[in-house]
Amino acid sequence: MSTRTIVPFGPQHPVLPEPIHLDLVLEDEKVVDAVPKIGYIHRGLEKLVEKRDFNDYVYVIERTCGICSFMHGMGYVEAVERIFDAEIPDRAKYLRTIWAEMSRIHSHLLWLGLLADGFGFEALFYQCWRMRERVLDMFEESTGGRVIFSVNKIGGVLKDMPADMLARFVNNFNEMEKELRELTNVFLTDFSVETRLRGVGILTRDEAIDLGAAGPMMRASDIAIDTRKLGYAAYEDIDFDIITSKDCDSYARCEVRIGEIFQSIDIIRQAVSKIPDTEISIQIKGNPNGEAFARMEQPRGEAIYYVRGNGTKFLERARVRTPTFTNLTPMLKTLKGADLADVPLLVLTIDPCISCTER
Amino acid sequence: MATLMKFTRLALRNLFSKPVTKDYPAVPREYPERTRGSIQINIEDCIFCGSCQRKCPSGAITVDRNARTWSIDRMGCVQCENCKNGCPKHCLTTDVHYSEPDFTKRVDTYTGPAPAAKPEAPAKPKFTPEQIEEMKKAAAAAKKAAEENS
Ligand code: SF4
Ligand code: SF4
Repeated sequence: MSTRTIVPFGPQHPVLPEPIHLDLVLEDEKVVDAVPKIGYIHRGLEKLVEKRDFNDYVYVIERTCGICSFMHGMGYVEAVERIFDAEIPDRAKYLRTIWAEMSRIHSHLLWLGLLADGFGFEALFYQCWRMRERVLDMFEESTGGRVIFSVNKIGGVLKDMPADMLARFVNNFNEMEKELRELTNVFLTDFSVETRLRGVGILTRDEAIDLGAAGPMMRASDIAIDTRKLGYAAYEDIDFDIITSKDCDSYARCEVRIGEIFQSIDIIRQAVSKIPDTEISIQIKGNPNGEAFARMEQPRGEAIYYVRGNGTKFLERARVRTPTFTNLTPMLKTLKGADLADVPLLVLTIDPCISCTER
Repeated sequence: MATLMKFTRLALRNLFSKPVTKDYPAVPREYPERTRGSIQINIEDCIFCGSCQRKCPSGAITVDRNARTWSIDRMGCVQCENCKNGCPKHCLTTDVHYSEPDFTKRVDTYTGPAPAAKPEAPAKPKFTPEQIEEMKKAAAAAKKAAEENS
């Protein structure tokens, strides 16, 4: 038997934008075990709910993460709206849908860039982030923020998008779509990219179910579950198919995410064509009393929001179960048996968001 | 070989096109109108009600009603506009420009103008002594009448 070595990986590692630590147990070049350690970036955001008015807490919870910030805010407000049994105006639902899909596009582009960086294709990385910048510009124009949007409120949204802005955005996305086809083609067909992704980090369908994978990680293992189909926000009126892949490897995960970018562009087009002209928010009176859940499909997978109110303006509990947390176990599974050189790539394929995980 | 060339076209086009990045700071950035840069106050209109201080999720605002000052911790503010949305006098606005970087955590303090002195009204008693005397008499009479009736 060859000797075993333990190689520490993270919390500071060139490929990781966020801190997670792995103790990699190696036998020669092969990883035989990986022991994760998290807790470097815990901020106690959930606890803050006891000290902030439930209306003002929206601004706290959206700071859980810098990438799906919009959806964190949206998940929380939808959960609180469910306690009140409030029906928010349709336009607000559509606006939320559009912003949520824009978040997905920019998150997936960010991930594609990081992936390209992870396997050493710097030029591709910059191309992806150049495209992402256009989405961020659109965010800034419509919400006033590039990363944190602060447009959700309990009872609707704070800012409207006028028709000409929406038309311009759709135009932008149509232009982007053409460029993206070309760009993503590189990921899907380039020889050197394929050698890094094909057959690496296999997670079979059964393993994905047993280990509770979420989001694109799960859909790449041929499980067609997408929380958007539950019909929160305006997704009930939107026609889309769940994108899956049968390959179960890193390439499949890349393929699924690329598919979702184009799907999101299509959802935005549909939403803009159907958006009704109503109010964008309603007044909600009183304090929440009771509890509610909301489930959202974030770029990284399903996130669950739980809130419990006790009739005062301070909630008793707000809880977020983030997709990265559930994806950590499948990631450890894919690491076992992998080459040491593939570890950064495999950690990336779950699209880790450690800030979400630790809150 | 064809697969290797996939990126070459893109790369070549990139090579002969203008850079996408701006020549900052030579060319200053133009912000869209909605950019949440920094919170500004029109201190003349502020009534120092303290609503913004209570609403601020990061506790960046301090309002002192007695000293008539409104101060904001520039680095603490997260530009959520919650203070602005809740201000009863609409005296808070958002500037598209971010607050300048600094070596220390800067707190900007704005002092409101001294309250307009209220016209000194002469202390005037409501009733003259004669009126009070009359009222007392009337009350006593009414009481007596009530006692006799019962
Ligand atoms: S809420 Fe407006 S009026 Fe009240 S203290 Fe703040 S800035 Fe002044
Ligand atoms: S914008 Fe938000 S963080 Fe900044 S002072 Fe106003 S309420 Fe506080």
